[in-house]
Amino acid sequence: MSLQRLWTRGAIYLVLIAFAAFYLMPIYVMVITSLKPFEDVSVTRMWELPRGVYFEGLLQAWNAVAPNFRSSVIVTVPAALISSFIGSMNGYIFAKWKFKGADTLFILFLVGMFLPYQGILIPLVLTLRELGLYGTVPGLILVHCIFGIPITALLFRGYYAGIPNELLDAAKIDGCGFFGIYRYILLPISMPAFAVVLLWQFTSIWNDYLIGLVVLSNPSVAPVNVAVQNIAGSWSVEWNVQMAAALIAAAPTIIVYLALGKLFMRGLLAGSLKG
Amino acid sequence: MALAVIVLFPSIIAVAVFIYGFIGWTFYISTVDWKSVVPDYTFVGLKNWTRLFGDRRFHADMWNLLRYAIGFMGQCMIIGFLLASLLDSKIKGEALFRTVFIFPFAVSGVVTGVAWRWLMQPTTGINLIFANIGLGWFQPTWFANIQHGIWAVSIAAAWQFTGYVMALYLAGLRGIPNELKEAAAIDGAGTFATYRYVIIPLLLPVTFTVIVLTGMNSIRVFDLVATIGGSGAGFAIDTLAFNMFQTTFSAYRWSLGATIGAVMMILAVFLVVPYLMSMQRESEQ
Repeated sequence: MSLQRLWTRGAIYLVLIAFAAFYLMPIYVMVITSLKPFEDVSVTRMWELPRGVYFEGLLQAWNAVAPNFRSSVIVTVPAALISSFIGSMNGYIFAKWKFKGADTLFILFLVGMFLPYQGILIPLVLTLRELGLYGTVPGLILVHCIFGIPITALLFRGYYAGIPNELLDAAKIDGCGFFGIYRYILLPISMPAFAVVLLWQFTSIWNDYLIGLVVLSNPSVAPVNVAVQNIAGSWSVEWNVQMAAALIAAAPTIIVYLALGKLFMRGLLAGSLKG
Repeated sequence: MALAVIVLFPSIIAVAVFIYGFIGWTFYISTVDWKSVVPDYTFVGLKNWTRLFGDRRFHADMWNLLRYAIGFMGQCMIIGFLLASLLDSKIKGEALFRTVFIFPFAVSGVVTGVAWRWLMQPTTGINLIFANIGLGWFQPTWFANIQHGIWAVSIAAAWQFTGYVMALYLAGLRGIPNELKEAAAIDGAGTFATYRYVIIPLLLPVTFTVIVLTGMNSIRVFDLVATIGGSGAGFAIDTLAFNMFQTTFSAYRWSLGATIGAVMMILAVFLVVPYLMSMQRESEQ
């Protein structure tokens, strides 16, 4: 290895390590601050490691956000499951039952993926009030399912498009209809796609703040990210408790990401690129 | 075939009502006189629009949008591309680096805001590091800065989003056949020339996607501003999205809020339409 090459390689690793440190910095501060005892929490010693592992901060934060954490679970899990199922049906139709105008309709669906929610918030609130769903968990689930229609259809359509039509034709000859093909041919091989879509929906619904804030703002049942923001906004709460609450809110998605990083990547790429 | 349409029908209705219907509804509310808790559907034409266009806070928001978009899109694109090209040069521990770079994308905007709010305090966080490495004279006020606070917001936002952009560029780089890079090398092109004449032009479609995604993100930034502590002194870090929320749900100026929402929608259309057109062209090929 020539000297120049050695230098280049060294520089590359140096840059990568520097950026890795930058990306880990906030989580590092969150973790060490959460684990400090109260008397050690000082803004002038933010970067110092805790003297040991103390759970007071995390415990206090947990007591503050536990009902909201629970609320996030009962919203996110059903919403992710239902919207994934709807998405797989829609994706199946858009990929394999191309009626006239299906492609145009699909593009019109996708528009919904990109729009700023502020452009539809007011009618959303008015409609949910009219339906008696405003401020309720089912209301929030419904909204997440509807706003999940575009992205889930896109992800499943991409997956089903890769399945050869001959397979479907063979099933048709064997007497399978619309539902039969879905049930016996596609569903059994859909698990990878379901994993990607479920993960994507879980992450984005769990991390949502705006919709939760508007639809379910009652502090006792609001989603956990809304609760964390409420805590962060009040100067009466110690900042280590704020950090601990943020860490609790971030834990489920971080754990899921670390466990299923590959699937997450696939969702990222499929969600942004071609249909 | 009929069955397919029937199964799809509820979704079509949902999208038609909750997306397209609601957009139209928002535009309608922007033309009425609803400015308190009590709905008022008196038609006032463009009164809310002219009021908004003359509003100081709205001017601040547009100016902030421009600077935020430059800062955020620039960081995401440059750093994202840099990291992707570095990771693509046969790196040991590539998977680990990738995991670290992308993980902030799994973190919510609120959590990002809470963390960065403390990292960017004038007296602690990053400034503490600066002080400890002999940069005691360099103590920026970050979000609290009346002139430049919005740039600080864009740093926190880019922290979260750059990994995603890197993943897109990395996938793009992996899609370029090695023969092309080798051919360029044989033709005597150095690393710089290879990037300039082969790789960057081939990655233009990815860059287009990145511009649309980061542009969208710039228009709707809300969580971060809310968590960092609101619009700031003199609306230094205010955004359209945050303004819309406060105007509607705190000040109960529903029609004015709807007008801001409508403006955001119009801005978004400039990004979405070319993107979807390119997608359609691709799917037709």
